[in-house]
Amino acid sequence: MSQTPLGLSIQHACLHYHGAEKATLQDISMDIPAGEWTCLLGRSGSGKTSLLRYLAGLLDDKIDWRGNVTCSDGLPFQHRIAYMAQQDLLLPWLSVEDNVCLSYRFNQQKITREVREKARFLLDQVGLLAAQNALPQTLSGGMRQRVALARTLMQDKPFVLMDEPFSALDAVTRHKLQKLSYTLLKGKTVMLITHDPQEAVRLAGSLYILTGSPAQAESLPLPNLPPLRELDPESALVQQQIFQTLEQDND
Amino acid sequence: MTDLTPLASRTTKRHCSNSSNNNSSNNNSSNNHSSGDNRSGSKALYALMRGIIIVFAILITWQGLIVAFDLPSFILPTPLSVLDRLLLRHDVLMRHSWVTAQEIIFGLLLGLSMGLFFALQMLLFKPIKRWLLPILIASQAIPVFAIAPVLMLWLDYGIASKVVMAAIIIFFPVTTCCYDGLNNTPKGFLDLAHTLQASRWQQLIHIQLPAALPALASGIRVAVVIAPIGAVAGEWVGSSAGLGYLMLQANARMMIDDMFAALFILSLLSVVLYFITDFALKKLIPWEH
Repeated sequence: MSQTPLGLSIQHACLHYHGAEKATLQDISMDIPAGEWTCLLGRSGSGKTSLLRYLAGLLDDKIDWRGNVTCSDGLPFQHRIAYMAQQDLLLPWLSVEDNVCLSYRFNQQKITREVREKARFLLDQVGLLAAQNALPQTLSGGMRQRVALARTLMQDKPFVLMDEPFSALDAVTRHKLQKLSYTLLKGKTVMLITHDPQEAVRLAGSLYILTGSPAQAESLPLPNLPPLRELDPESALVQQQIFQTLEQDND
Repeated sequence: MTDLTPLASRTTKRHCSNSSNNNSSNNNSSNNHSSGDNRSGSKALYALMRGIIIVFAILITWQGLIVAFDLPSFILPTPLSVLDRLLLRHDVLMRHSWVTAQEIIFGLLLGLSMGLFFALQMLLFKPIKRWLLPILIASQAIPVFAIAPVLMLWLDYGIASKVVMAAIIIFFPVTTCCYDGLNNTPKGFLDLAHTLQASRWQQLIHIQLPAALPALASGIRVAVVIAPIGAVAGEWVGSSAGLGYLMLQANARMMIDDMFAALFILSLLSVVLYFITDFALKKLIPWEH
């Protein structure tokens, strides 16, 4: 599955919750470039999580959806996504290694010796091989999110949807985990929701802000340097611009 | 029966302190095995000491009451005379204890499996819940004493009617705990299962059931404490064996020390059953602590 990266294009999308007065998203068009991180910013309640949850197939019976979502290879995007939430969602009754192998328990798959070897390889990459037999509760927040990252990598899907996965971590851990995720998810098309302009500017290959209600997607220009960007005058300027757009939207 | 409530609260306290002890010993053992073992060893010793002190406090209060109020032995026999009866009539007491223990254990098994079964039905077929819930509540609103004579009529004086009594009395707490546990799976886990393309059945087996275990465990802890009530109440209404039967007979013959001996064994049985269950549940559900 992990050959050429795939892009995603969302055209004229409307998202309306059943029973809600007004649509959450109205006529949104976005291009999510292949093999890059697309960061999605917006104030709370702007509908970014709704969009992500729709793409993850978690809203099917709760919303009306209009618009096209097309994958660059023309095949349906459903079942080709991996989802990482703000909570690590590690199952407390499974060991770290079993959590990483979780996707193989479902969908007529088996946890074979090869699967376990792959899981240990990924745990090694996130630096947690020593903890493979531990229960998640014995790990720190940053370690747990690293296990969640290994679980996501284990799924090996072309699209990775992330809903603020780093927001509950302290600044240093977050910084390290951003870099680790970016390195390990190379070749995947990532859509990241974040509240943190610095995080967005550091990681984004393209950047969208959702403003207004119903929300519209606005694309923002990025610094010339490729990600991972360090803090320099140019990226500070972009951050400033993001803050301004978000503040205006709040008023 | 009156003994059970203070027992329950006492055991919960102990259970809390044990759990913190478990955690610390776990952390220790990764660094230094011997010190971790020592610590948990000394904690166990401490718990044993506490148990002994509690037993002695009860015995001293008991004896003190007799001395202070000059109680005759047909109202409250002395601890020593009860001990005497325990030793003297141990064969009879053991035989009847075994009957009651069987009633409690089979009642627990029946009540727990029924509770789990109904909770699953209510979870999987939502409309069933609306039909079942009134029946469940009615089964609790009718006092178990009131249906006991009917059960005797239908199921005879043997062990079956007491097993059903015990099962009925624990059925409701087990069903509600289990249903709540199954119904309150963290939403994130269900989302994750959905994006991993788990089927309804896989989601139940791999996510919802394990996530419900801690809630089910509290249901089981309650059940273990109240199941003896059902069994003994059943024996009072009509039986030919068991500790309840023995107490009734002893009471009629004014053999109050025999009655207390039976009561003592019944309390001991409940406490031992509770601790075995609690220990097993902690081993089975290590992530809860």
